[in-house]
Amino acid sequence: MSKQHVTTVINGDPVEFLCSANQSLLDVLRNNLNMTGSKEGCGTGDCGSCSVTLDDRLVCSCLVLGVEAEGKSIQTIEGMANGEHLHVLQQKFLEHAALQCGICTPGILIAARSLLERNPDPTEKEVRFWLAGNLCRCTGYNKIIEAVLDAARELRGA
Amino acid sequence: MLTNTKNTEQTFKSIGTSPIRPDGVPKVTGMAQYGADYSLPGMLWAKILRSPHAHARIRSINTSKAEALPGVKAVLTSADLPAQPFDYVGPERVAVNYWHMTRNILAREKALYEGHAIAAVAATTAAIAAEAIALIEVDYEVLPHVIDVDEAMHPDAPVLFEDMITRGVEPAPTKPSNVTKRLEFKVGDLDAGFAEADEIVEMSFKTAAVHQGYIEPHSCLARYGADGQCELWSASQGHFVVRAYTAKLLGMEIGNLVVHPAEIGGGFGGKTVVYVEPIAVALSRKTGHPVKIMMSREDVFKATGPTSGGSMTVKIGVKKDGTLVAADGVFKLQAGAFPGSPVMNAAMCAFAAYIIPNVRSVGFDVVSNRPKSAAYRAPGSPISAFGVESVLDILAQKIGMDPLKLRLKNAVKAGSPTAYGPKHSHDGFAETIQVLLDHPEYNKPLGKNQGRGVASGFWFNGGGESTASIHINEDGTVVLATGSMDVGGSRASMALMAAETLGVPYASVRSTVADTASIGYNHVTGGSRVTFATGLAVVEACNKIIEQLRLRASIMWDVDVKGVVWEDGFAKPADKSVGEFEPLSLKAIAAKRAVTGGPIVTEAAVNAGGQAPGFSTQFCDVEVDPETGSVKILRFVAAQDVGRAIHPKYCEGQIHGGVVQGIGWALNEEYIYDKQGRLANAGFLDYRIPVASDLPMIEAILVEVPNPNHPYGVKGVGEANIVPPMAAIANAIQQATGKRLTELPMAPHKVLAAIDAV
Repeated sequence: MSKQHVTTVINGDPVEFLCSANQSLLDVLRNNLNMTGSKEGCGTGDCGSCSVTLDDRLVCSCLVLGVEAEGKSIQTIEGMANGEHLHVLQQKFLEHAALQCGICTPGILIAARSLLERNPDPTEKEVRFWLAGNLCRCTGYNKIIEAVLDAARELRGA
Repeated sequence: MLTNTKNTEQTFKSIGTSPIRPDGVPKVTGMAQYGADYSLPGMLWAKILRSPHAHARIRSINTSKAEALPGVKAVLTSADLPAQPFDYVGPERVAVNYWHMTRNILAREKALYEGHAIAAVAATTAAIAAEAIALIEVDYEVLPHVIDVDEAMHPDAPVLFEDMITRGVEPAPTKPSNVTKRLEFKVGDLDAGFAEADEIVEMSFKTAAVHQGYIEPHSCLARYGADGQCELWSASQGHFVVRAYTAKLLGMEIGNLVVHPAEIGGGFGGKTVVYVEPIAVALSRKTGHPVKIMMSREDVFKATGPTSGGSMTVKIGVKKDGTLVAADGVFKLQAGAFPGSPVMNAAMCAFAAYIIPNVRSVGFDVVSNRPKSAAYRAPGSPISAFGVESVLDILAQKIGMDPLKLRLKNAVKAGSPTAYGPKHSHDGFAETIQVLLDHPEYNKPLGKNQGRGVASGFWFNGGGESTASIHINEDGTVVLATGSMDVGGSRASMALMAAETLGVPYASVRSTVADTASIGYNHVTGGSRVTFATGLAVVEACNKIIEQLRLRASIMWDVDVKGVVWEDGFAKPADKSVGEFEPLSLKAIAAKRAVTGGPIVTEAAVNAGGQAPGFSTQFCDVEVDPETGSVKILRFVAAQDVGRAIHPKYCEGQIHGGVVQGIGWALNEEYIYDKQGRLANAGFLDYRIPVASDLPMIEAILVEVPNPNHPYGVKGVGEANIVPPMAAIANAIQQATGKRLTELPMAPHKVLAAIDAV
């Protein structure tokens, strides 16, 4: 099967790749582009650990085909910090001990940023429902919710 | 929330703070490398062919078509693995049998469950490997299967092993069965005990098999060289145990295998064993290429974990004043396709938290056509606790006593006997009950369709073998290495104990996890042992390096070493008679290391005993929807004796996580089989673990009762927390509905059926 040529933008940088027509975006990111920050927990869109944004829309990259990235702009965990400066969400996750094993963390950070871009002042319930697509088996979600609410406060300057 | 009940006079600078973990930034930036994140040049991908049948004899395997596919480099079957002797090795509670283990890695005579690995292919791409396994022809003779534990014990049940004679029964049975083992613990006189009771309750319960549910599927990368030297990158709970099992299963010398600890994406007991590692190494050996294997989520559900489902009968007698007088339990646990359920733990833990003079606890280990069970957080204890803590609740109602007060009245303390032998070594249980009795929400009235339930839990906690090394760098900073995988912040807790002992800032200690060639043996990260046992090794290594630092200072000052003391991170003269010297920092001593003996390095190894058991007591408030049977958790309060909280936020995190896993076990999670013995819900959509919107904030209460057998009072905190939730929720549902649920999970259809039952 011949490969498809895809031109896209990832974390602000122009990227070209060749992929099979049936390859998922997650597979392309991890195995063609060596961007292993997005994790495969299920491959069926149920766990959210491969969360990225595609033209600012939060998606499971395991449910998107690589070829669908053509002409789009993708944001992954690798682009979240600005050089040495962590995103406020990343910093709050560390301060609140909001990760234990950390495998779900990249996806949850991407999902949480997507929430705060839409809703800078979410309630606890809104955070819980927005993150309901991201499974975490370690934390019981307590400290994740606290970290997101704290990051929202700081980003609002409240 | 931190509650100090019996704190000592010790004051600390580092211990008890919650700094950012050393491995934090890589984990929030996507840079941390987990099992699937390693690659090597020339790497092949492997895929595993799995049995579509629950129980089938394998007549033949034809791999020729797969081998002929372009891009395929090797096909592996059990014929490539050496035979293993039939022998149970190690202490009975955790014994392994390599005859069984090699058959679980790759099936031999029979496929014993759907998903049982049959063969594996290594190819240049994952797609070609997947294509190739579909070309492998397996001639199966499908056999009758059995899934349920009670059915598997029936005399007419299909037998998995035609020569399996139950162990632990005298005289030995003459007929093979699926019961691999019977065990019994007994003290006192049951009949006399029950005769003293004013109230006796006897009930039967069932629990479902549940998966550990770690988000990271099992993955590894192996590179085997022509010189027989092999490197393996694997996400596990113990890279030394991966090394031992893999070497044994492949007939390798341990020294030829180096296992690198990839970051682990959750384990909860399920990554204390190997599945893909021996296959990757064997395929690398066969092909001369590095080989990577990533399990799919479906494979994880079908072929790894879960913990056992169980069937049990519990009978307890109590006097009117609340004194427990007798208890009898029979616990039958699914081992999966090979012997080795945690039934011994279940039987030991069942009544361990209570002073009961007359106890019998019987266990049966039963094979059936399910994946081999693996450890899951306090393995065994939550299963028996569901029955025991439910019966205690009924007894409390019968005698009109608050259920917490009933537990408090009978709570074990240091010196209390157990049915299995040793006396309890430590307090801590009563303190967890008292803190809930004093909780402002405990007596608060509830609304319609709401109920409150309590339950307690016990776990042994672990000790065992650990090694730690300390290097003082040229600039006086510290490198700390252990061989204990960091599943949830242990690099931080090790660094805190090192900083405290050395008297230096946490930030100056670089805490790492070393590979199997770079440090001495460490047993698995499991059994709630690492902060205790590996922590002991860290403290001992620090004490040894302090001796060296004193010696170096004495050489620099040209005084007797007895004249040098170590205080707050500095070498100081013991008194004025030694002389007038400026205190020497680590940096000052390190600067002169070349003339005082060379690099400042030490390693300490322990086989730690003296671990103190863990206790947790919890209450929860639920609301039951009478129309749907859906149970909503309104409040969950979990108190746990943590010894001393080294990193309080990670202690809280352990409690939050354990409780929420327990909530999933109670309300949602189960292995569902169809009539052909195939798993019907092998994915996170249908096997639903709790999500954020299902839950309230979990209130974790850290009760500190320091363990006298650890310099900082450490107790394991990882596991006791998952023991109470199932019974606490069942007890709350009973309060809300008046109906007693005896079968897990308490899913809406079962709750509704109970409500609707007349």
